[in-house]
Amino acid sequence: MSSTVEPPREQFRLSMLLNDTRYRSYTFQAIALVLLILFMAFLGMNLVRNLADLGQNISFAFLGEPAGYDINQRPISYDNQDSHLRAAFVGVLNTLIVAFLGCVTATILGTLAGILRLSNNWLVAKLMAAYVEAFRNVPVLIWILIIFFIMTAALPGPAAFRGVDPEQSMLFGAMAATNRGVYVPEPVLGPGGWLFVAVLIASVAGVFAYRRFATKMLYDTGRDLPRGWPSLGILVVPSLVVWLAFSLTAGSTPNALLVPEGAGGQTLEEYVMAEGGATLCLVDGASSSTVAKTALLRLQDAARSGPVDDRVNLNIRTNRVESREAAVAAFEEGQCTLLALPQAAAADLSVGAVLETELREGRPIEWDKPFLSGFNFSDGVQVRGSLIALWFALAIYTGAFIAENVRAGIQAIPRGQTEAAASLGLRPGRIMSLIILPQALRIIIPPVISQYLNLTKNSSLAIAVGYMDVTGTLGGITLNQTGRAIESILMLMLFYLIISLSISAVMNTFNNAVRLKER
Amino acid sequence: MQKYVLASAVAVTAIAAAGMASAQTLEEVKDRGVLNCGVNTGLVGFAAPDAEGEWEGFDVAVCRAVAAAVLGDASSVEFVSTTGKTRFTALASGEVDMVSRNTTWTFTRDVDLKNEFVGINYYDGQGFMVPKGLGVSSATELDGATICIQTGTTTELNLADYFRSNNMDYDPVPIETNAEAQQQYLAGACDVYTTDASGLAATRAAFETPGDHVILPEIISKEPLGPLVRNGDPEWADIVRWTLNGLIAAEEYGITSTNIEELAQGTNNPEINRMLGTEGNFGELLGLESDWLVNALKAGGNYGEIFERHIGENTPIGLARGLNAQWTEGGLMYSPPFR
Repeated sequence: MSSTVEPPREQFRLSMLLNDTRYRSYTFQAIALVLLILFMAFLGMNLVRNLADLGQNISFAFLGEPAGYDINQRPISYDNQDSHLRAAFVGVLNTLIVAFLGCVTATILGTLAGILRLSNNWLVAKLMAAYVEAFRNVPVLIWILIIFFIMTAALPGPAAFRGVDPEQSMLFGAMAATNRGVYVPEPVLGPGGWLFVAVLIASVAGVFAYRRFATKMLYDTGRDLPRGWPSLGILVVPSLVVWLAFSLTAGSTPNALLVPEGAGGQTLEEYVMAEGGATLCLVDGASSSTVAKTALLRLQDAARSGPVDDRVNLNIRTNRVESREAAVAAFEEGQCTLLALPQAAAADLSVGAVLETELREGRPIEWDKPFLSGFNFSDGVQVRGSLIALWFALAIYTGAFIAENVRAGIQAIPRGQTEAAASLGLRPGRIMSLIILPQALRIIIPPVISQYLNLTKNSSLAIAVGYMDVTGTLGGITLNQTGRAIESILMLMLFYLIISLSISAVMNTFNNAVRLKER
Repeated sequence: MQKYVLASAVAVTAIAAAGMASAQTLEEVKDRGVLNCGVNTGLVGFAAPDAEGEWEGFDVAVCRAVAAAVLGDASSVEFVSTTGKTRFTALASGEVDMVSRNTTWTFTRDVDLKNEFVGINYYDGQGFMVPKGLGVSSATELDGATICIQTGTTTELNLADYFRSNNMDYDPVPIETNAEAQQQYLAGACDVYTTDASGLAATRAAFETPGDHVILPEIISKEPLGPLVRNGDPEWADIVRWTLNGLIAAEEYGITSTNIEELAQGTNNPEINRMLGTEGNFGELLGLESDWLVNALKAGGNYGEIFERHIGENTPIGLARGLNAQWTEGGLMYSPPFR
């Protein structure tokens, strides 16, 4: 039988706050906190008082006023009558776009470079070492400017693509790299388009599911299923079947082409050649319009080929409208000379005449190709030069740091692991993907999180190349035109804080998923 | 997180604390012995360093005249180059005593941003410059064009308004400085460069082949450019205002840098006498020496002389007087009387 003797309960005395090590640290922390709060209160009061002296105050009312300026890259609809808040939001989206593209590209680049730097091939290893050293030792702003200036100086202007005998021709007739950016076709969903996209997504999910199943099979039974060709099959076959089904059969709906009164009864080619061009009312996201445009561009190309003397430059223009009703209205008002409609809808219309040519749409996805019209390329997707410069510079710069993180992670795994795996008969690729990387990831991820944060924050250098990110809109033009510096900067800080904490949170979740599970 | 907030609060407070230096600008300038003047980062003819690194130009001349009036020495000026974005902050924070940087006088800048515009030294308007090869002869043909604009300026807003009211589209390329705009424009990254017509003329004058570029006839806005000071120091605003008025009035009355010594001895014209300090105590009323305007005029001559030397028809910039002629010659330059 044993008895424990309770130590006498000590009475808490005020002096213990200083003398007792158990409480002393709390005392100092409390004092520091109070001082900090007082100091910040002093700064805040000082700010408000000084602002009042200048006759200014802190107010966020300016956010509701019309911004009055235009933004060149608009992920959401925006015009200069929208509010400063919306302009700020457009900037936020632009920041997120470049940060996302940059992070993904930097990860791919960095992982490849990090692994290849450890390659046994002397040339490859040294090349990667040179990449890492060159890019991480030069400030990112310099890289942004270098890439931007190379793009503007080396690439041709849109004017070089003009005329019957242009200096430059478009890549595959659908892409153009100019000093204002790269223009690529935009996908437009046709009949069955949604089904096709859904099947494609399902196929990708299927590939992942299959590989998971194969891994489980390997662990459970030791049977190693082939992974390469089944994955490819799962990815391609269903999509191809859907594509062919719609292209060849059911989806084909004939469209009538409407032209102004009195011009009917001829083919599209005769009409366009007689008129020297056409202006098409292009309904946003409608594949019928896209098919008509593709036909027009093909005619334009045909008219431009052949002997130089016979070439004709057809004046093709498009008039983009939101809906079919708006297109019909624009056609009636004479804002365009060509309109593509399903035959039934065309028959109901009292204006215009129908051409003999019928255009059939049937492919699930049509490509809306950019083409030169006026000063610039129109339609398609413009990847702006400023975005490319910023994106690539951030990606290769941060990629160099990630490469070092990856290398560090891999080198932290003892060589014995590799040798043991090799002695089991695993091939080098398998050793890397099954043995080394899963362990290295635990070491790689934490520093990579801070690289992502760096990249996101560095994207505020966008202003150097005129990319309208949130620093350019809210922290640039809005700040400038309204003079609300403190409010704008506070909002800007809040945004970067939120976005950085979100990235950390997501990456930490991922880190927890791959870290060593202790059972 | 506390650290972030703290650092930002320090920064913000630093801005605001510096703003305290508002009330006694004249005393400060005299104590310092140097006038801090905010000018353009480099716009030939208006404000740019010459081959020896000396700042010169139409806007610079206003700074020099004020320095001469206040300190008696036209070279006691510290020129601070400011961009379209930094100019108002530099003024509000007390980094500069005045701004003379082809800045448009607008309601919001005057009232909302708490600046004090003291007058107009150049009546301008926003124009467009395009390469001749583009074959454009009017701004109404610019639908769909890519346009370089200096960000943080009134031109940005005018451009949006103009294209909106004419139902045209454009693609803005925002740019920080005139030099950058020039580089982008010449590389063909934009079809059009837009800024004040005077700025276009000055920019074009710096091109290798100015003849290959045309300035379109449309002027889409009123851009009265003038020097400005901080709100809340009326004495200092008066000094800058009346120095500028003195330069303009001097041209009207025929006071030039060559005959000023002679006229400063006294004339039959009482207004000239009041201006040059031989009659009345106008200098004292401003808190300056009686020969303040004599010094200001000796610095670079009267308004007309400054105009001709820096941006007039005999310079590469080659601007006609136009609206900026004296009111007696059909222009808008009109100084209130010295009485």
